[in-house]
Amino acid sequence: MHHIETYISVIPLYAVLVSIAVVPLILMSARNANLREFWTILAGVIKFGLVLTLAPDALQNKAAEFTIIEIAPSVDLVLRADPFGIYFALIASGLWILTSFYSIGYMRGAGEKKQTRYFASFAVCLSATIGIAFSGNLLTFIIFYEILTIATYPLVIHKETKVAIAAGRKYLIYTLTAGLFLIAASAITFILTDTMEFSAGGIFDSTVIPKNTMIILFMLFLCGVGVKAGIIPFHSWLPAAMAAPTPVSALLHAVAVVKSGVFGVVRIVGFIFGPEVMSSYGLNIILIVFSGSTIIIGSLLALRQDNLKRRLAYSTVSHLSYIVLGAALLTSSGFTGGIFHIATHATMKITLFFCAGAIYVNLHKENVSELDGIGKVMPWTMASFTIGALGLAGIPPINGFVSKWFLGIGALEANQIIVLVIFIISGLLNIGYFFPIIQRAYFKEGYDITKNREASMFMVVPLVITALLSLLMGFYPDLLLDFYSIASGISSSLIGGAGL
Amino acid sequence: MIIRNLPAIIPLLFLAAALLIPLINLLKKNSAFSIAVFVSLLASVVSGYGLYYVDTNETIRYSFGGWQPPIGIEYVYDRLAAFVALVINVISLIVITHSLKAVKEELSDREMPYYAITMLLLCGLNGIVLTGDIFNLYVFVEISSLAGYALIAVGEERSPFAAFRYLLIGTIGASLYLLGVGFLFIMTGTLNMINLAQILPSINETPTVIVAVTLMVSGIGIKTAIFPMHGWLPDSYTYAPSTTSALIAPIGTKVGAYVLFRLLFFIFGIDYFSRILPVGDLIAFFASAGIIFGSIMAIAQKELKRMLAYSSVAQIGYIALGIGLANPLGFIGAVLHVLNHAFMKACLFLIAANLRINEGHSDISKFDIKLGKKYPWTFAAFTIAALSMIGLPPMAGFFSKWYLVLATIDSKAWFYLGVILLSSLLNAVYFFRILERIYMKKYSSDEIKEEVVFAGNPNKYEGGLSLLIPVVLLAAGIIVLGLFNASIVSLINRMIS
Amino acid sequence: MFSELFLEYYDYWFIIILMIVGMYGMIMKKNLVKKIIGLTIFQMGIILFYVASAVKWKATVPIYTPSVPNTEIANYINPLPHTLMLTAIVVGVATLGVAFALLIMIYNRYKTLHEPELLERMK
Repeated sequence: MHHIETYISVIPLYAVLVSIAVVPLILMSARNANLREFWTILAGVIKFGLVLTLAPDALQNKAAEFTIIEIAPSVDLVLRADPFGIYFALIASGLWILTSFYSIGYMRGAGEKKQTRYFASFAVCLSATIGIAFSGNLLTFIIFYEILTIATYPLVIHKETKVAIAAGRKYLIYTLTAGLFLIAASAITFILTDTMEFSAGGIFDSTVIPKNTMIILFMLFLCGVGVKAGIIPFHSWLPAAMAAPTPVSALLHAVAVVKSGVFGVVRIVGFIFGPEVMSSYGLNIILIVFSGSTIIIGSLLALRQDNLKRRLAYSTVSHLSYIVLGAALLTSSGFTGGIFHIATHATMKITLFFCAGAIYVNLHKENVSELDGIGKVMPWTMASFTIGALGLAGIPPINGFVSKWFLGIGALEANQIIVLVIFIISGLLNIGYFFPIIQRAYFKEGYDITKNREASMFMVVPLVITALLSLLMGFYPDLLLDFYSIASGISSSLIGGAGL
Repeated sequence: MIIRNLPAIIPLLFLAAALLIPLINLLKKNSAFSIAVFVSLLASVVSGYGLYYVDTNETIRYSFGGWQPPIGIEYVYDRLAAFVALVINVISLIVITHSLKAVKEELSDREMPYYAITMLLLCGLNGIVLTGDIFNLYVFVEISSLAGYALIAVGEERSPFAAFRYLLIGTIGASLYLLGVGFLFIMTGTLNMINLAQILPSINETPTVIVAVTLMVSGIGIKTAIFPMHGWLPDSYTYAPSTTSALIAPIGTKVGAYVLFRLLFFIFGIDYFSRILPVGDLIAFFASAGIIFGSIMAIAQKELKRMLAYSSVAQIGYIALGIGLANPLGFIGAVLHVLNHAFMKACLFLIAANLRINEGHSDISKFDIKLGKKYPWTFAAFTIAALSMIGLPPMAGFFSKWYLVLATIDSKAWFYLGVILLSSLLNAVYFFRILERIYMKKYSSDEIKEEVVFAGNPNKYEGGLSLLIPVVLLAAGIIVLGLFNASIVSLINRMIS
Repeated sequence: MFSELFLEYYDYWFIIILMIVGMYGMIMKKNLVKKIIGLTIFQMGIILFYVASAVKWKATVPIYTPSVPNTEIANYINPLPHTLMLTAIVVGVATLGVAFALLIMIYNRYKTLHEPELLERMK
């Protein structure tokens, strides 16, 4: 296992705080929309810049650490930017900038109210997400996890319609309950091991704890982080939360919130239990069963949805479990593929949500059945949509193929042929629920509109960028930010072997 | 040296104030409020210094009239006592500072007696905390209770009857405690707590001592309002004047909890009540029943003060659960929750008071977005306190729950773990119900349909800075206590080491 | 055995009966004044309990006087329970005072001290 060299630096703290710091500024400039959005963008750029300065550490296996305060005796509130944390923070903060631009176009285009509250909550969410990424121990993780729960709530209920409020309630019930399970599980871990640090390879001594205790503890953790990770049967808040404005669905329900859950699963599998303990107690089987069935059921449910965003939501449910399943395989390629899928799924799914939002703002269409001929009306949007959809189905050369490839190899390495079968079936199902959309868009006559009616540039440019990112990352997995190298580095720190 | 007299100074300060307020009021009208604030400020400073002193030096023991213990009455100022005294005095300082307008509004011409009796109440509460003599403790319990009955009875129309019921139940509680003291005295011939703790281990399996413990714990249980002995609490808190509820709810019952700490952890010892007599199990069982019962009843309430009263029943359950689990982590959780809950409940009750003063009601069904817009800071404070009550980090409430959770796991008490987690959810239900209304509920009346325009408050600063600042201060305190709880916990750790 | 239990400790049995009577009055009586009477009887039981516990026949006050040769410690009475009860009586009187003050308030508002009627009028 690689030793991670730790040094003290305040940068992780700044990276977390910068977006919370602009919240007062956002609130104060409520009357001047342009100034208000300027603060958001400014915070986004600074945040991304700060995370970028940490990025070289991830490749050199170094970690910037900052202890904020001793939050409980012998437990610190500590931020540690280890490679995995930096990896997640890069994705979240990078896509936040794009989403901010997109939000400006969307919120103004759709004429949403209470934009100040929206941008303020969004900034808090990002602070919490980066906090989750950089959490050095379970207690810090819980704190940011709960902050994220609360900060997302105003975004889910943003429209304040009956549906939105009901969705908000559902969201709270699911996530708060999950938070409680997580607290219980962490407390048990603390009592058993006297520590709550995340450490590559786990903190449990596999010989002393009885098997039943371990299984119950693992289930508690799974309930705790599985809700945000959308594992069936804890998933149903996610489609409901699609009542939120589309940028929220895009960033939070495709990147930040759900990925925090998945990130939590990988943290717990890799850094609390550790691959050895996982396999010696048979915990990986539990995880494989849950995530495997989620992949299939999620895809099947996606097939039935007519509402575009709900279809994407179920697709998200199923794709999140790719990542979980990758971790559950406990092999080097499995971890690499799963962790890499965090990045690839983020770029692809955010593209799709951006497209859905652009269609909604521009044409006020929400359902798949209404999209006939839309490819001619919104060519850029639909081209990007196609790239994202093909990528999710795992068709080369888009980046989704790369992560699926490694996941497939991981399944073979673990001798889990059934997992490979699951991946293949799910790929087919992906095609099943995405191709009808593409087919309707390009090969059906719906609109006899001659002129091009794209959405505003604020919306189209970000979604084209994310689509291009997805495409290019397929050719060059190490494009721009070395996501692939970091992912395989993390994987080898967990397993010990080289990540291919 | 004055520090040696510290244990006596604090209760005497309040006693003197209680007597002086009527006298000075003869010379100078309307001076009661300033004296009360001054005295409680003084007491806060003194007890703050006292806590610092006993934590860095040693326990202060003060013998009244020079009679050496165990013959004479002794006051003991140790870390636990100093801690609880500081909580009492700081909370009462904040609440009394807030009270000027509320008391004028609700009690018009009876300010002077109100403050005099408040001082008497605080004398009693401080006395309970500082005394080292179990009979003297009874006297202070009755002083504080009698003052409490009076303070409750001057509230709404129904308040005298609520106070009367409280009086009946409370007197039974105190009498049972007194009876228990009698049994202990017959067996040991001493009333001094430290002396008792030395004598008891040799005789603690005799039936007389067991009966004594049972009587004392159930007597104090009534005063603490541990389920199912909570019956007096909801009516009293609801119908009492706003200031009284804000004063008694955070600290009144906590002092009862303090007596349980003293009795069970320091006089009888953890070993006694977990091994010889299953007092701990019983307390934990009733506590968890109270947690669930209180939370469910709170969900059913339509009036803010009443909801908070039932929530208090549940929160006292947390403290009692920490005691009942009878392990060091439970003790930490319970003592920490005494502090945290004092801040949260004081904050929430003051908000209810503000609403009653400014809006004339605290009826949840009338809460809507207009109210939220009108009082942005007040409801920001409410949100913080509510999140803390639910137990979300990084608010203070999370950490006391965290230690309680650790304690249940340490005792392998899975049932109680489930109770704590479930109750967090129930708390979330009744607080988010209000938050939803405040931030999203459209006008209750249909005639106004346009977008809410913030027209400015009738009076500046959400009803005046004197009402707003204490609330905001307490809310800030909740966050600060959450972030800096490690040093508090290590202090609590030093209490039992 | 049983006769012994009753005869030897008849004073305590009396106290127990007193307390039960008091408790009965507090719970069962509908009139609030009678409830207070019950409360007082209950408290008296406890006071008598203390007093009874300190009874010692043919003993003397615990003051050392050289002229009286009664210096055996066993012949002194422990005065503490009695003095404690002086305090308890004062507390009881104060409670009684507050209770009656409350009753006056209740009567002024509802013109009754009969509990069912009171509850009826409070609605």
